[in-house]
Amino acid sequence: MESREMYQEHILDHYSDPSNFGTLKTPTHKSHSFNPLCGDDVTVTLEIKDDKIQDVKFDGKGCAISIAAASLVTDAVKGKTIKEVLKLSTKDILDMLQIEVSAPRIKCALIALETIHNAINEKEDNIIGDEAK
Amino acid sequence: MKLDNNSAKKIKKDFPILKNLVYLDNSATTQKPQVVIDRITKYYEKENANIHRGIYKLSQKATEAYEDAHKTVAKFINADSSEIIFTKGTTESLNLLAYALQNKIEKGDEILVTEMEHHSNLVPWQQLAKRTGAVLKFIPVKKDFTLDYKKAESLITEKTKILSMVHISNATGTINDVEKLCRLAKKYNIITIIDGAQSAPHMKIDVKKIDCDFFAFSGHKLLGPTGIGVLFGKKDLLERLEPFNFGGDMIRSVTPEDATWNDLPWKFEAGTPNIVGGIALATAIDYLEKIGMNNIEAWEQELRAYALEKMKDLDLDLFIPKEGAGIISFNLEKVHAHDVASILDDDTVCIRGGHHCVMPLMTKLGIAGTSRASFYFYNTKEDIDTFVTALKKAQDLFKGGKHGK
Repeated sequence: MESREMYQEHILDHYSDPSNFGTLKTPTHKSHSFNPLCGDDVTVTLEIKDDKIQDVKFDGKGCAISIAAASLVTDAVKGKTIKEVLKLSTKDILDMLQIEVSAPRIKCALIALETIHNAINEKEDNIIGDEAK
Repeated sequence: MKLDNNSAKKIKKDFPILKNLVYLDNSATTQKPQVVIDRITKYYEKENANIHRGIYKLSQKATEAYEDAHKTVAKFINADSSEIIFTKGTTESLNLLAYALQNKIEKGDEILVTEMEHHSNLVPWQQLAKRTGAVLKFIPVKKDFTLDYKKAESLITEKTKILSMVHISNATGTINDVEKLCRLAKKYNIITIIDGAQSAPHMKIDVKKIDCDFFAFSGHKLLGPTGIGVLFGKKDLLERLEPFNFGGDMIRSVTPEDATWNDLPWKFEAGTPNIVGGIALATAIDYLEKIGMNNIEAWEQELRAYALEKMKDLDLDLFIPKEGAGIISFNLEKVHAHDVASILDDDTVCIRGGHHCVMPLMTKLGIAGTSRASFYFYNTKEDIDTFVTALKKAQDLFKGGKHGK
């Protein structure tokens, strides 16, 4: 697979102008993830009411893949129940991205979802492990 | 023979993998010429036997080739072959020292490193300091990516017991004046250690001229196989040092209660070593010597200057000193280092993106990482043209983005 396929227009659009970028003023749940290998840094704030994601925002910095995935996944979880959101998997994220993500970059695609899951599970801080080289 | 673009193109043909590849990740590892690949095959096809103590001819021949490899390495850095210990690589060489030197360190002693150490010349000393209660100190890196030699002078004191420093930074290409620092350290009888992982492949090393006590480097970064590396140590120091690994080959005689140690360097090479690795490393060094280390250094300087000139039109930050080795660390404006590496990969250009195992330095610079192109003498000006064109593509692709860095 040529990785330029990863940098398609919709990915670059989400990267340059992501949805739900920012911080909720009165979140019920919050979590932060950091990947020291690449510096990807994501903070997710959630408003959960009646077991449903009422609102979500993310803040931080990262590569095109991580920001685009964060933009897409935050759009996707809005209005969903906690149970539905916790069920979201790697495959669901790749389906949202509609690109083939090369193996070393899967972690970038997943950081936002992982942070949303952590926020729901009330795990506030997470350092993404990686094979540092 | 002085190298130019034509001779580099010819040299490139000695490396089968480089046929359709622009390989600019030479600080991580280097590609292998056909002679090295053939040497490995020949050893396993015709020469394989365990070394030392074999009475039969095959074992004698393997022993001879393995011992000759120590001589080749010794000559390469102007040492005696008894001073050459084969290890797995630079990392193991430095770890071996951090353990073997432990009984020379007491609580409150100081171990001095620089702020630009690769994790492999930092973490072993952090751990030694933790085990012994010693204090780890750092020679600062200045804004121009060179060491602060003035501060170094005040940091080298009678309290300092070990000075371990990188010769050439893998992150910035800074060439440190290790000779000067070793000379300063001599005044206080400080044990001096040089991490030569990025220098031995790219310049003529003379351990007598540097006058360091130990010098470590890896085989795979100078055309040899992975899993073989070198620790040079001054003979009188190695003789006084206790072995760290125990087992076969490192002993002279063993009773149920005790053992005596073999001669140098075997005292430090316990167990069946990486025989073929050592032999193929010698072949790699023969190949390098034929070209000449000074010629290699000069051509890489030319490549560096050529690349910097070509990169002038790009919107980027450079993290390199004015004068340095063939390593260019940079961040393309608005493009994350991993996106750069992925995009360049499409044009079969291999570069690295990330913190390059020097996280403390990256933190000091206030960045998560950089993109890094690192050259070797088989790289051509066409390689650099392809690299710069691909960078331009990456920059165009990301025009308007606001989150990358």
